[in-house]
Amino acid sequence: MKKHYGLVYTTPLTVWITLFFVAPILIIVLYSFLQKGLYGGVEWRFSLDAYRALINPVFGKVTLDTLAIALVSTVLTILIALPCGLYMARSRHKNLLLILIVIPFWTNFLIRVYSWIAILGNNGLINEFLRGLHLTESYVPFLYNQWAVTIVLVYTYLPYAILPLYSTIEKFDFSLLEAARDLGASHMESLVKILLPNIKAGIVTSILFSFIPIFGNYAVPLLVGGKDNVMLGQIIADQITKTRNWPLASSISMVITVVTTLGLAMLMLIQKRQADAQREEASRAAEFARNGA
Amino acid sequence: MAANVYKPRKPYRLSKYVFIFAIAFLFMPLAVLVAYSFNAGKTMAWHGFSFVWYEKLLFSSDELWKAVVNSLIIALSSAAVSTVIGTAGAIGVNWHQFKLKTYVRGATFLPLILPEIIIGVSLLIFFAGIGIHLGLFTIFIAHTSFNLPFVFLMVLARLEEFDYSIIEAAKDLGARERDALVKIIIPISRPGIISAFLMAVTMSLEDFVITFFVAGPGSTTLPLYVYSMIRFGVSPVINALSVVLISGTILLTLSARNLLKYIADR
Repeated sequence: MKKHYGLVYTTPLTVWITLFFVAPILIIVLYSFLQKGLYGGVEWRFSLDAYRALINPVFGKVTLDTLAIALVSTVLTILIALPCGLYMARSRHKNLLLILIVIPFWTNFLIRVYSWIAILGNNGLINEFLRGLHLTESYVPFLYNQWAVTIVLVYTYLPYAILPLYSTIEKFDFSLLEAARDLGASHMESLVKILLPNIKAGIVTSILFSFIPIFGNYAVPLLVGGKDNVMLGQIIADQITKTRNWPLASSISMVITVVTTLGLAMLMLIQKRQADAQREEASRAAEFARNGA
Repeated sequence: MAANVYKPRKPYRLSKYVFIFAIAFLFMPLAVLVAYSFNAGKTMAWHGFSFVWYEKLLFSSDELWKAVVNSLIIALSSAAVSTVIGTAGAIGVNWHQFKLKTYVRGATFLPLILPEIIIGVSLLIFFAGIGIHLGLFTIFIAHTSFNLPFVFLMVLARLEEFDYSIIEAAKDLGARERDALVKIIIPISRPGIISAFLMAVTMSLEDFVITFFVAGPGSTTLPLYVYSMIRFGVSPVINALSVVLISGTILLTLSARNLLKYIADR
């Protein structure tokens, strides 16, 4: 009886995700091993061309640039988000601070990117100001480089990183820090040795919420990244819209998927090891308590 | 030892400064847009106070309003469909045993971890492969797909807090599955369902990257329109539009909180 209703409830979901999510992903896996069609599309012949095309200096450089931009922006994002989450969790006005973070979180993404163009653009606020002071005749090119991409990425994903950190730290028992300090730890020591290990799950979630969308980002480098492609996402889009090389678009997508999955697996492994170590420590402490008693 | 027991007077001062910096960083660019939406001039040089861009936004931006209508159609329909399918799925996964459970759990997790561009490109290739014309319908499919996992997980989180024995009790007392669904399961998960629906509407209104790939001629949504405004000729109308969207976000954030609190308290 129960079995029967389980299928009634879940069949629409199963069918939908299979048809419109799993199948399309399998198709790009397949296409990445096929030959490029003469006028777009694919030829049904096995080929490693799309992967061979990846072995060239230009693609290698963009991959490394993408990785570098993603790592630097993720680290910056987490470094800002961590103290923010800590401050919010300890504040008496949690709800108000939470609203302050949620507003930019829900504000239209393109508007948020555009706001930086309005400020840093060639005709933006700062350049207007510099021209007004006759410090420059034309403009200072703040935008359209890797740094602009990094700043805007940090700006975009900061709220995504703050929210999971806040909700983890909020559950943390701060009397543990007092205990550590009573036992002689300095303030910083107590934060690093007691708080950080306890909120590891939140940190991992935050890293994932920022690294994954940043690594596969398309819109930000498109809008503030300049003429040359700086990130992998742009190269995929070019293969789709300009050169119509679907196998190549698929193989680059595979690279992004593999890097994303590897990152995910690595972090999950760290988390698991951490949990195991904690369990072991707990059992050792229990044993110690038993022996002592 | 003395150095070790030293406590700084304001131990969390650094975190406070970083937070203030972060808030300034997050809001300063938005404040600039708000200020310049009232600028009489067309550039970022200040030419005096004016409502001219708001007038333009309201009375001579037909294309923009068409995009707004498209966005609303897509957002409401995809949120409704994903809420129904996702809620049903969550109920099934939480309270029933069936064969594909692990598959459903794993597959719904995938869209959360893959970058948007992969989802967009794979759907585009899929639609092209089976010969569906790109347009509002393909955007609807795409949005429903990326909303589904969120709805599923949000409702599931709500359901997990409840004991199956409530439903067993109802069934022992003669309730059929439909009665249990209408009288118990849906009422208890209502806050989860409503917040999932709101989340789906917002994510759909917000999406640019996936929509960019699966949209066709004549199916411009608001984010696509904003993109073309940014890319091809910035008009300060976009500043006025930003203010409308930011205010809308603030109102929604505040009212959604109150709405949820109201539902939860009942």
